[in-house]
Amino acid sequence: MRKLTMRAAINEALRQEMRRDPNVYVIGEDVGVFGGCFGVTAGLIDEFGPKRVIDTPITESAIIGNALGAAATGLRPVAEIMFMDFVGVTMDQIYNQAAKMRYMFGGKAKIPMVIRTACGAGGSAAAQHSQSLEAWFMHVPGLKVVAPSTAYDAKGLLVSSIRDDNPVIFVEHKFIYDLEGEVPEDIYSIPLGKADVKRQGSDVTVIATMAMVHKALEVAEELSKEGISVEVIDPRTLQPLDGETIIESVKKTHKVVIVHEAVKFAGPGAEIAAMIAEEAFDYLDAPIKRVAAPFTPVPFSPVLEQAYIPSKEKIIAAVKEAVA
Amino acid sequence: MAIERETLQWMYRNMLTIRYFEERVAELFAAGKCFGFVHLYVGEEAVATGACANLRKEDYITSTHRGHGHLISKGGDLKLMMAELFGRRTGYCKGKGGSMHIADVELGILGANGIVGGGFPIAVGAGFTAKYKGTDQVAACFFGDGASNQGTFHEGLNMASIWKLPVIFINENNFYGISLSQRRSMNVPDVAARAAAYNIPGVVVDGNDVLAVYEAVQEAVKRARAGEGPTLIECKTYRYRGHFEGDPTVYRPEEEVREWKKKDPIPRFEEKLAQMGIMTEEQMKQVREEIAGKIEEAVKFAEESPWPSPEEVLEDVYA
Repeated sequence: MRKLTMRAAINEALRQEMRRDPNVYVIGEDVGVFGGCFGVTAGLIDEFGPKRVIDTPITESAIIGNALGAAATGLRPVAEIMFMDFVGVTMDQIYNQAAKMRYMFGGKAKIPMVIRTACGAGGSAAAQHSQSLEAWFMHVPGLKVVAPSTAYDAKGLLVSSIRDDNPVIFVEHKFIYDLEGEVPEDIYSIPLGKADVKRQGSDVTVIATMAMVHKALEVAEELSKEGISVEVIDPRTLQPLDGETIIESVKKTHKVVIVHEAVKFAGPGAEIAAMIAEEAFDYLDAPIKRVAAPFTPVPFSPVLEQAYIPSKEKIIAAVKEAVA
Repeated sequence: MAIERETLQWMYRNMLTIRYFEERVAELFAAGKCFGFVHLYVGEEAVATGACANLRKEDYITSTHRGHGHLISKGGDLKLMMAELFGRRTGYCKGKGGSMHIADVELGILGANGIVGGGFPIAVGAGFTAKYKGTDQVAACFFGDGASNQGTFHEGLNMASIWKLPVIFINENNFYGISLSQRRSMNVPDVAARAAAYNIPGVVVDGNDVLAVYEAVQEAVKRARAGEGPTLIECKTYRYRGHFEGDPTVYRPEEEVREWKKKDPIPRFEEKLAQMGIMTEEQMKQVREEIAGKIEEAVKFAEESPWPSPEEVLEDVYA
């Protein structure tokens, strides 16, 4: 099958959804001729013009408010917040307005909007251009949170996100934009709230998100040579979270390691671990382990940054401890 | 100025409806029948009335924490509003929103809002939809003097101005953001002066003169429908009651309140209606009685409405 980078797969999802539905438009900073800070929206303006691929000023609250007001009145906006670190500037429009509007109005509003945003450390971009803040949004009722790890998943999940009638935070890890994978040319969707078992295994369950999925898969491959069979699960959607797939796996392996790049304290893994402890405690043969960033801002120097990002070595150590 | 007789009569009825609704809510709140935070619109009736008299059903509004007047003016159902204030299942939001979140999307009411300044970007988005779809709908964004110090004010007006969106920003300058007076919260006497920063018209009107508001908004709506972009209209007015019910209002002199009450928009308009030969005192009296009756019907509806069942807390989070 044809291979695409995750960047190109997201671009294709946008393009195909825009062709399908004239109410879908793209709005954000430098998304037009510039093609987006990470090149994700490249070329869309050539096909759809400035009416549907809209460059905004640097004005995050108005970008999200525009999307919300438009979604509440019948359009399907896909807004881009260039770096996930910038969501704080517009947080009120996301968590107080978009997320709650339907509930506050007694179910009488539909808010079909997507906020695409790039997370992740690895480029010495330091503390305000590198964070993974997905746990913030998992905590807000009314939002859905999608976090793909592959090109295939990114395309199908973005299609579902655009068609969803709720506000969706679509998190793209910027250091896997270049990763290639097989992606069908035809449009397809992957349901939100469905995890994917990326590798079958029987000794330990590793639940990993976004860039960490790939590290977990490398670890699984290496450890298989030592006779340790690692199952790798990518939740793909963090809200709603597919507890069923995770619990099924725990019942099989009895050991769990959770890996994400967000900081460990109150990170996405905290919720996953708590869920497993509540629902599958009797199946556990070892304490749940978490491998995640330390409780610090993201540092600048490559040396410090590499110490910050969860490494393969740390994942290996955690898995070995779990199966010991 | 040629305003249709029916419009003038509607304005009168509408202002009275707001006044009576709010005064009744004050009593009901004091009696413990409605809950939470209630911010009343008494004294400011001319603004919502004069503005919404220019709007069609399919036009949009965004409202504020002090939103009852806007909702009534855009056609909100008194019974559903009152039931919501009572926390009942029959209320506009099934008891999930309360005073600060009443909405009726079918009527273009995109919600009252508990966050000061929260409505600017949303109104801009509604105006964007109208432009995107090529309709001649407009969005009216109500906001207070305090909200104009929020960042969303700047972002909203800037975006509406650069894209010539059909949005009318209607400022209700009641001179206080909770306790802080306007002269301590901004270094310009008029909120409307800020329009210059966006190269859009900024107009100051007497917000206690419903016809002055009507005329200013009429012009702005015309501009918006013609694709000429947004307007900022500042209506100078006053809230008679505190910021919220229970506010002791220690921050403003009684004398100031008395002075403003002399400029009450309703008696002023009654005088004008009589002068213009639109309504006689007898007719106005009839209207007053009729509206008082409607408010009581709404109260009765709310009181007799069922409470939501506890399990409904889980409904309506996601579509």
